Amino acid sequence: MTDKPSFFDEMYGFGETARAPYSAYSSWFNQEDVARLRKKSEQAEAFFRLTGITFNVYGVEEATERLIPFDLVPRIITGREWGILEKGIEQRVRAINSFLHDIYHRQEIVRAGRIPVEMIARNDAFLPQMIGVAPPGNIYTHITGTDLVRTGEDEFYVLEDNARTPSGVSYMLENRETMLHMFPELFSQINVRGVSQYPRSLRRSLSSCRPSICDGPPTLAVLTPGIHNSAYYEHAFLADQMGVELVEGHDLRVVDGRVAMRTTRGYKPIDVLYRRVDDDFLDPMTFNPDSVLGVPGIMDVYRAGGITIANAPGTGIADDKAIYSYMPEIVEFYTGEQPILKNVPTWRCSEPDAFKYVLEHLEELVVKEVHGSGGYGMLVGPAASKKEIADFRAKLETKPGNYIAQPTLSLSTVPILTKAGLAPRHVDLRPFALASPGGVEIIPGGLTRVALKKGSLVVNSSQGGGTKDTWVLED
Amino acid sequence: MHLKISHTTSYHYDTPVPYALQQLRLRPKSRPEQNVISWDVTVDGGQRQVSFEDEHANRVDLISFDAGVETIVITCEGEVEVTDNNGVVGKHTGFTPLWLFNRTTKLTKPGTGLRALMSDFKKPEGDLAMLHAMSDHILEKVPYSKEQTSSMLTVEQALAAGHGVCQDHAHIFISAVRQMGYPARYVSGYLMMDGTVEQNASHAWAEAYVDGLGWVGFDVSNGQSPDARYVRVATGLDYSQAAPTSGMRFGDGPESMRVTLVVEQQQ
Repeated sequence: MTDKPSFFDEMYGFGETARAPYSAYSSWFNQEDVARLRKKSEQAEAFFRLTGITFNVYGVEEATERLIPFDLVPRIITGREWGILEKGIEQRVRAINSFLHDIYHRQEIVRAGRIPVEMIARNDAFLPQMIGVAPPGNIYTHITGTDLVRTGEDEFYVLEDNARTPSGVSYMLENRETMLHMFPELFSQINVRGVSQYPRSLRRSLSSCRPSICDGPPTLAVLTPGIHNSAYYEHAFLADQMGVELVEGHDLRVVDGRVAMRTTRGYKPIDVLYRRVDDDFLDPMTFNPDSVLGVPGIMDVYRAGGITIANAPGTGIADDKAIYSYMPEIVEFYTGEQPILKNVPTWRCSEPDAFKYVLEHLEELVVKEVHGSGGYGMLVGPAASKKEIADFRAKLETKPGNYIAQPTLSLSTVPILTKAGLAPRHVDLRPFALASPGGVEIIPGGLTRVALKKGSLVVNSSQGGGTKDTWVLED
Repeated sequence: MHLKISHTTSYHYDTPVPYALQQLRLRPKSRPEQNVISWDVTVDGGQRQVSFEDEHANRVDLISFDAGVETIVITCEGEVEVTDNNGVVGKHTGFTPLWLFNRTTKLTKPGTGLRALMSDFKKPEGDLAMLHAMSDHILEKVPYSKEQTSSMLTVEQALAAGHGVCQDHAHIFISAVRQMGYPARYVSGYLMMDGTVEQNASHAWAEAYVDGLGWVGFDVSNGQSPDARYVRVATGLDYSQAAPTSGMRFGDGPESMRVTLVVEQQQ
C-alpha cells in the first residue's frame, strides 16, 4: 500500500496500520503464510461445492449454477459501530411496518402531504388487494435485508430496504460455518458474536406472527418457486435449518378454510408460510392468472385470517426505489424521531428539474431502474464508456419516471486475498432484521458482498461479486 | 319496493372435476337505499371455505368443489327492501382511495374506438347532465342487443361489435368517464324488469363519482339511473372484480352454465 488510498479501507482506514477492530486479526494474518491461506481458500471453495451452495444468474445465456466466490478475509465491525447500525435498522423496520399499515388503510402520510399521492397511485407495487388487510400483529416485513454502505469511519448510508423477499442469509450462515471450520484458532483469539442462532430466531419470530385461528404450536412451511429459482438452495437450507417443510405451490391447496399441505397422513393446515415466491405469482386467482408457482385461493384464506404470509403481499411499496427517497420523511412521520441511518441523496427523474440535473451529470451518477433489482439495468457513470452512457441516456429519455439517480458513493473497501497478498475491494453489507409483535431482532452480522474486480463498485453476485464473513465484535 | 329474489347458477362439466375453486360475489349488503331483510347462499356440490371482505367491501365467499363433481348449483335467495334515491349511492366510504377508480384495467382500456366515441360527444354543462348525456350517447352508438357473447369483451371489442349487453355498456361508460377524470366503477346486481329490456342473467351498470353528490349509478342499457327496482350486489374496477362467480379449476373438459333468475315484487 504505497499510494494513499482515496477510499476508506475498513482494515487500514486511510493509513497503513490496521484499525483497532482489525488489530488482532492483522497480527494473526501477518504471521500466516500467504501460500497456506491461498490453499485454504481453495478448500473453502471445495467446501461450498460440497454443501451445494450455488446460485443462478439471470439474463445470461446458458445460465448455469455458479458458486459465489468466497473471500476469507473477514469484514470486521466493532460492537459500538454495530450498536448504531442496529438501532438505525430497528428504527427503519418499525417505520416501514407502520408505513405499510398506513398505506393499506387510512394513508395518513399522503393526507398529511408528506408523500405525493402519485407515488402510491402510479406504483405497481401498491396492491389494492391488501387494502384493509391487517396481518397478525400488524407485521408486514417479517424479514428485512437492509443494504448498507460505508464511506468513512462513522459514515454509513442505507442503500436499499429489501422488504419483499430478501435473500442471502444462507451465505451469512455458511460463510461463518466455513470460517469456523477453517480457522478455529481465530475464533478462540477474537470474540466474534454468533450468527448461527438465525434459523431459531426466524422460526420463533415467524411463530409469534401466527394467525389467531391457530391455537396450538404453529405449523410453518417455506414456499419455494422450485429448483430453477436462483435462491432455491437457500429455501431448502432455511427449511431444513428451521426443521419445517419445504413446499411448492402444487403441494398446497385450500382445505377446511385453511391452506394445507399434502402429507403422508392427509392434508395438514399451515399457520405461517414463509414464501419465497413473488407477489405476482402467489395466487393465480388474485394476481397473475398464468402463475403455476402459487396457491390458488391463498389470498382469500389470508384475507379471512386463516394464514400468515411472510413477508406480507404488497410490501414492495416500501422498498421501491422511488419511495426510498422519502424514507427520511417516513421514519420521522411514524417514529417522531430523526433517522439514525442516512439515506443516499436521490434525484427522482420523474421530477423535471432533477431529471435535467441527472442528464447533465450522467458521468458522475449511478442511475437505477425504480423497479429493478440485483444490479440489472443500472448505469454506474464513472465506470461506463461513452457509448454505454449514450445508450443509457436514450433509455432514460423514453421513460424518465422509471429511474432514480444517486451520487457515486466512495464505498469503503476491505482487503481480499489475491496472489499478491491483500488488495482492497469495495464492499456493502446486508444485515437481516426479524420483525414480530415482540420487537425487531437483528442478527449481529450479515452478508458482506464484495466487488472482486479492482475498482468495481458493483457488488451484486449476478455481476461478479463475491462474499465475505461478517464479524461483529463483542466489545 | 320489496323485492324477492331467487337466483340459481348451475355449472355442468362433461368430465368430473378433480379440484376447483370459485369466488362468489353474491351477497348484497344493507345500505341506506337498500335493506337486506334476508339472504342465503347455498352451494350444492361444493363447500364454502372462507368468507372475507375485499377492497371494494364486497362480501366474498370462496367455495371449493367436492372432488369429482360434474354439477355445481349455487342458489341465492332473499328479500330486499329498496327505496328510490334517483341513483345516488352517496359518499365514498372505506379505505380504498378514490384515485383507484381512475385506473385503467384490461377490460376498460381505451383505444381508437373509445376516442372516436368521445370525439363526437357533445358535452353539456354540469356533471349530472354530462353523465346522463354520455350514457345516452353510448346507447345510441352501441345499441343493446340480447345476443350475449360467450366471452367477456373489452371496451374496444364491444365498440367494434357495434352492439352490446349490459356489461359492455357499463365498461364503455366507465372507460369514457374515467377519461374525463371521473372515478368510476362497475356494479353487478339485480333488476326487476318490467318489460323494458329483457334480462336473463344478473344485471350490470356503472357508477361515477361526482363531487358533492358522491357515487351515482347509470344504467346505460336502460337509459336511466337505478331506482327502487335495482339491488346492488358487488362493485369493482371492472367486471372481473365484481363478477358474481369467478374461479379456476383443474381439468379442461367443456363446461356449460345455466342461470335462472326470478326478481319479483313482494306485496
